[in-house]
Amino acid sequence: MLQARQIECTRGNRRLFQDLSFRLEAKQALRVGGENGSGKTSLLRMVAGLSPVEAGEILWNEARIAALGEDYRRDLLFLGHANGLKDDLTAVENLRHALALAGTEAGAAELRAALAEQGLGAVADLPVRLLSQGQKRRVALVRLGFAADKPLWILDEPFSALDAASIGRIEKVVVSHLQRGGMALFTTHQEVELAGAQVRSVELGVA
Amino acid sequence: MREMNWFKYSSPQTFYPLAGKMVPWFMGTAAVLGLVGLYIAFFAAPTDFQQGDAYRIIFIHVPAAWMSMFIYMVMAFWAGIGLAFNTRLSSMMAHALAPTGALMTFIALWTGAFWGRPTWGAWWVWDARLTSELILLFLYLGYLSLVAAIDDRRRADKASAVLALVGAINVPIIYFSVKWWNTLHQGSSISMTRAPSMASIMVAGMLVMVFAFWAYSIAAALLRVRCEIQDRERGAAWIKDLRKS
Amino acid sequence: MGGSPGAACRAVTERDLLIAARRRSDVLTTFFFFVIVVSLFPLGVGPQPDTLRQIAPGVVWVAALLAAMLSLARMFGADYADGTLEQLVLTPQPLTLLVLAKILAHWLTTGLPLVLIAPLLGLQFDLPGNALATLLWSLLIGTPALSLIGAVGAALTLGVRGGGALTALLVLPLYVPVLVFGAGAVTASATGMGAAGHLSLLAAMSLAALVFAPWAAAMALRISLE
Repeated sequence: MLQARQIECTRGNRRLFQDLSFRLEAKQALRVGGENGSGKTSLLRMVAGLSPVEAGEILWNEARIAALGEDYRRDLLFLGHANGLKDDLTAVENLRHALALAGTEAGAAELRAALAEQGLGAVADLPVRLLSQGQKRRVALVRLGFAADKPLWILDEPFSALDAASIGRIEKVVVSHLQRGGMALFTTHQEVELAGAQVRSVELGVA
Repeated sequence: MREMNWFKYSSPQTFYPLAGKMVPWFMGTAAVLGLVGLYIAFFAAPTDFQQGDAYRIIFIHVPAAWMSMFIYMVMAFWAGIGLAFNTRLSSMMAHALAPTGALMTFIALWTGAFWGRPTWGAWWVWDARLTSELILLFLYLGYLSLVAAIDDRRRADKASAVLALVGAINVPIIYFSVKWWNTLHQGSSISMTRAPSMASIMVAGMLVMVFAFWAYSIAAALLRVRCEIQDRERGAAWIKDLRKS
Repeated sequence: MGGSPGAACRAVTERDLLIAARRRSDVLTTFFFFVIVVSLFPLGVGPQPDTLRQIAPGVVWVAALLAAMLSLARMFGADYADGTLEQLVLTPQPLTLLVLAKILAHWLTTGLPLVLIAPLLGLQFDLPGNALATLLWSLLIGTPALSLIGAVGAALTLGVRGGGALTALLVLPLYVPVLVFGAGAVTASATGMGAAGHLSLLAAMSLAALVFAPWAAAMALRISLE
């Protein structure tokens, strides 16, 4: 269970949000909305542990995430704005290394199959630099298929640059994750329907 | 009870007026000690039979050099505290000390040159202390440049703290290696550490100057930290009240 | 589920080496820079063999310092830009070890080539045989320290204005002890005195850097990503 208590965020001299609290339990998703610059990415990075918590606390299973360290990161999958892919490596190589870091062994055949499922079978062995924005995003999102052991998914604009069909596929992956008992914290500008899941919303930047 | 007093002044708001009260005292002390020290340096201390009157510059050179090293350590200390306990004021104190430390290094280098010229015939000699001072100046400049280059104040605080601590650990290593390098290449023919053997009046004079520089450094750092507090906390209510009054 | 730190480190080093193999130009430009800088000195100083023999240790070592510095931006810069660094920091393994793995890859692609070509460059300066051997050893022992200490500087200046010049200002003063003992070792060899003392001190510095620098660099990386 993820809990945020009265957290705040200041960027430069602007207070983006303050006194923000929420709870996220198993099978729940929380959608963070707000205009550009309202602090959505800052919030997600704070929950992921990349930025320090300025005030209040963030708790994972009743323990402060700063104190948990590695144990928290083991339960976490974070996909930020940037895709986290190396341009000079192929999609398969990128995924294999990313998964190895996360502690998951995945063979090349398995990865190719997963890429094919997302419609990327043809480009699986090309350097990522040759792929379009949308294709790169989809390669990064293939990691979702291998993150069943990580209960908390934090996704920053996962659907950006994706077409409707791809969005539909990713939605299904997220919903299965939720139904298995996972949780998701995400931001998006698009209208997203996670059919059959409990989705709550929180808006930033509203006075 | 003790703990409460210790942390009472760790907030910028309470420290600001305290610093303001302390500045005139330290400045006054610095002025008085400085005058006494300079009197000793230029009038009371005897002329050295070997180096004539030119040696008198060591009354400024040596205290400045000592202060430059000392301030670096104090700066690294406060930066470390700021990093470990996440206190803003400690980091601000470190930022406030850096320019004064750099100034001391600069003074040490220039006075070293003024000493070197009449004594050894050259404006610059690669003696161990001068070379170490030069590298120390680079360390200070690196710190100041890093703080200036990072826009986010908290990131600047923490990053410069790491730099200051790494530098502090390296200062003895650098000094040792430069000293070694100097003895290897030049032999001990040129060494500013071999000042004329000290009559007690000279030692007294140097100590007075050290304390004068110390008092000045504290006053300058306090003034600077007040400016930084005004800048960093400008959104706070108490600053706005201050401006109004 | 849950890999070992060793497997994660191996993945990091392999990935960086793979990228370096694909982007050979990055590695080669640093290498050629080293060669060119060393060759510039005789042009600036004059071809007298005695002078060149005397300045050779210093010249080669300073060039190694500069080459190391030029390559520092590559250590974390690309990862910072494409989001891989974030993922690295969020890996459930000790960041210190992962950083060490990256530094190892960096040294293998920038430091080691310098070590291998240096004796050849030393020949250009007519260094005696034993001095050439010492040159090789001193660089082999000292360039890891350059990569390690440089990593801290590179991590502190990620995404900051002033880039390479700022990193240089931060890192070069810290390189001074390595330079002094590295070049000193070769000079000692060339003049007939033993270099064992210098090389041991150099080794001590590299070991100390090995212990502290990855940890400091990991801390600096977290700060840069805040």
